[in-house]
Amino acid sequence: MVKDQEYLRSKASYCLDLAKKLGATGSSVTVGHSISETVNFRNNTLDESNRSDGLAISIETYLGKKRSSISSSNLLDDNIKTLIEKCFETTKNTPEDEFNSLPDKELLAKEIKNLNLYDETHFDNEKKIEYLKELESVASSEEKIVNTESSFTENKSNFILANSDGFCNGYKSSSFSASCVTVAKDENSMERDYEFTSKRHLSDIKGAKELGEKASEQTIRKLSPNKIGSEKISIIFDKRIAKGMLGAFAGAISSNAIARGTSFLKDKINEQIFSETINVIDKPDMIKGVGSQIFDSEGVKSDTLNLIQNGILKNYLVDTYNGKKLNLKSNGRCGGTTNLYFDNGKISFEDLLKTNSKHIYVTETIGHGSNLVTGDYSVGATGFLIENGEFKFPVNEITIAGNFKDMFKNITLASDLDFEYSVNSPTMMIEGMTVAGK
Amino acid sequence: MSNFFDKSDLSRKDADKIVSDTLQNCDDGELYLEDTKSESILLDDNKIKSSSYSSDLGFGFRAITGEVVAYSHSNEISKDSLKKSSENLKSTLKSMKGTYNHDISRSNKKFYEDINPLEQKTLNSKLEVLNKVNEYLRKKDNSVKQVTTSFAGEQKSVEIIRSGGEVLTDVRPLIRFNVSVMLEKNGRKETGVYGIGGRQSYDEYLKNDNWKTVCEEAFRIASVNLESKPAPAGEMKVVLGPGWPAILIHEAIGHGLEGDFNRKKTSAFHDLMGQKVASEGVTIVDDGTIDNRRGSLTIDDEGTPTEKTVLIENGILKNFMQDRLNARLMNTKSTGSGRRENYRHVVLPRMRNTMMMSGNQTQEEMIKSVDKGIFAVSFGGGQVDITSGKFVFNCTEAYEINNGKIGSPIKGATLIGDGPSILKEVSMVGNDMMLDPGIGTCGKAGQGVPVGVAQPSILIDKMTVGGTKL
Repeated sequence: MVKDQEYLRSKASYCLDLAKKLGATGSSVTVGHSISETVNFRNNTLDESNRSDGLAISIETYLGKKRSSISSSNLLDDNIKTLIEKCFETTKNTPEDEFNSLPDKELLAKEIKNLNLYDETHFDNEKKIEYLKELESVASSEEKIVNTESSFTENKSNFILANSDGFCNGYKSSSFSASCVTVAKDENSMERDYEFTSKRHLSDIKGAKELGEKASEQTIRKLSPNKIGSEKISIIFDKRIAKGMLGAFAGAISSNAIARGTSFLKDKINEQIFSETINVIDKPDMIKGVGSQIFDSEGVKSDTLNLIQNGILKNYLVDTYNGKKLNLKSNGRCGGTTNLYFDNGKISFEDLLKTNSKHIYVTETIGHGSNLVTGDYSVGATGFLIENGEFKFPVNEITIAGNFKDMFKNITLASDLDFEYSVNSPTMMIEGMTVAGK
Repeated sequence: MSNFFDKSDLSRKDADKIVSDTLQNCDDGELYLEDTKSESILLDDNKIKSSSYSSDLGFGFRAITGEVVAYSHSNEISKDSLKKSSENLKSTLKSMKGTYNHDISRSNKKFYEDINPLEQKTLNSKLEVLNKVNEYLRKKDNSVKQVTTSFAGEQKSVEIIRSGGEVLTDVRPLIRFNVSVMLEKNGRKETGVYGIGGRQSYDEYLKNDNWKTVCEEAFRIASVNLESKPAPAGEMKVVLGPGWPAILIHEAIGHGLEGDFNRKKTSAFHDLMGQKVASEGVTIVDDGTIDNRRGSLTIDDEGTPTEKTVLIENGILKNFMQDRLNARLMNTKSTGSGRRENYRHVVLPRMRNTMMMSGNQTQEEMIKSVDKGIFAVSFGGGQVDITSGKFVFNCTEAYEINNGKIGSPIKGATLIGDGPSILKEVSMVGNDMMLDPGIGTCGKAGQGVPVGVAQPSILIDKMTVGGTKL
């Protein structure tokens, strides 16, 4: 069983008391406990079981504007005491930073809404095995599938965040995830693809059959790919890749990057970043949301933010430290976004495929080719050639490149948004990018 | 060396007994105990932004029978917790029966010293270096708009207890010093990053004002990029510089030669053993035994001494990298490549220092031979799709080559190629083999481990460059 609030609270207050006794002018502590159980299958047989039981504590101590932090997985009072003493010693020897401070008291979360993030159901390993058996028998039923690997993980966690200004809150959460990776082979090539589901509640995850079928189908259709020539061509990003654009966008509007001047979106508040049809929202209070949170990692209440409204940048993601630097109030985004998504576009998926006579439909990218300082983007890609709205043949060993500043303005979104993950996007088309191939 | 039992109600004798009892009907397995002390000190935006310390203690208990691995880990080293893990392992493997393999090789060689780098330099003297870096770069040129510099250090003590009471231990120091600088000129911004590190004390890497060399290199890369033009798009010849660009070898070849993917036949290399996979003159090894290197290990995380494993010899595929599990199932021996990020993770076959050996041509000859292509000197990260064999890496410093001459710098671009065929496109191998500066971390299945790479300059006849200019 995951440790209860009482246990975590007692550890947290032990730390705060000790820091105060040593002379700290402020302190904050997070104590967390998490238990997860994973079962892996490979080619229809049990491959691995993995149980993980982890306690973790992290403490920050302040002396005026001086700050330092420690973390540990050893929660014996003895060890915590040694560490806090060490932490405070380091704090004394660390130079002042005028922007260091605990969050403003009036911004701290007061009320703990129940977002239904915890499902106490225990899906024991026997049941995980049943699920994976069904999944793999479906996934491997096609002759071309030569290898299947699948996994089921159940996680339960609980935490407390407390600081010397009297904040002391936390809550339990859970997640249930299953994934399936399949390898298909024909006379020309061997290809891999996957399908994945992750939810707060067991009853909401995709069924074993659906997961296995999708993984298998997505892998087989990649067989015998071609390389294509280099050209400027309109690119359609499958939902699972389109959401990556939001990840890059979120990185570029983090107050840390803005304050340091290392973002291509610095000083762009109230400017047109995307085309007028685009809206980006970060919504922390979705019931059962995979990315939902009641407060951020400093205890600051998080409200819904309209980051992009009709294409215009409205907010950065602000934490306490960088907020003070930028003269902005924290909006509860220390630790990043929550449930981040592009609002639906106006055009159906089918119609999007027909907007041009020829598209590249990208289902996977590889490489870390996003430069958030310059906005330059260049990654390896695999996908399909689409002609007149129809999938023609699989394509691989190509790269796609552009610059986010231009790419963002040339986005058209389909109307097929769903909330599977913590970052979600409808299918996306971007015009004017360069494909490099032969 | 940590004593894992002195503050616990679990005695070494109890641990031995639980381990032997749990593993008696298994083919393999061990109790892995780990104690890591680490620190990170970061100067950013003219200020010491963070100084943090972390202490992480825990165990991972593993039992293997046939192909099935049962694993349980916890950060509570106690009798109760170990017993709970034992029950968990037994319940997974209850219907199976194996024979424990007690055989594990031993060696007295050590490739780094038992030091704690965190304690060998005071906080104040670390802060002093970081401040000097910041001042030095900001004074150097008024285009310098941002400086980030950091120290990261750790000492990891591990103890492996096998069934029958055999114990293997290792103490691993590791440090890294990093400088990142952002320049702004005529409205353009570019960054340059450089770092150094390995398994010695901080001061070993900082002597002779070496921090200045690191600053200069970061500044030079950023300055070059300020002048960069859009990169070309399409297939062309590529000359790679020596040292760090060997992450091409790591991505294109290295991952595909790890034992697990080949046992499972999901690697594009699984049926190529003994065959020609590279041009003549290409020899690649994975070596865990080079003194003080970031990727070196005295023993791997299963207790096997590391070695120098020949992967490709003169173009022919010779060996895969193996941990105990995959070696047993493939009827061969562990190459001392069984590694894990920490006690929370299972062991996987991983690379250590992956190196292409020198040939006898010069970089000059290579560049002269190219009509149209690029010269790539420094890289960010890379990635590979093991199954299709396609891999990428990102240039952070590159130039165009026109008619045998180096031309303008070009913007960061991704290069993409096909692992099993790329080394057949290597038409020249340089005489200038160089090790990387000690900064690499390799990710696999969510686990990051420190690695090294090395290579001479090489000429690749055909690769796709992912620029924007057609």
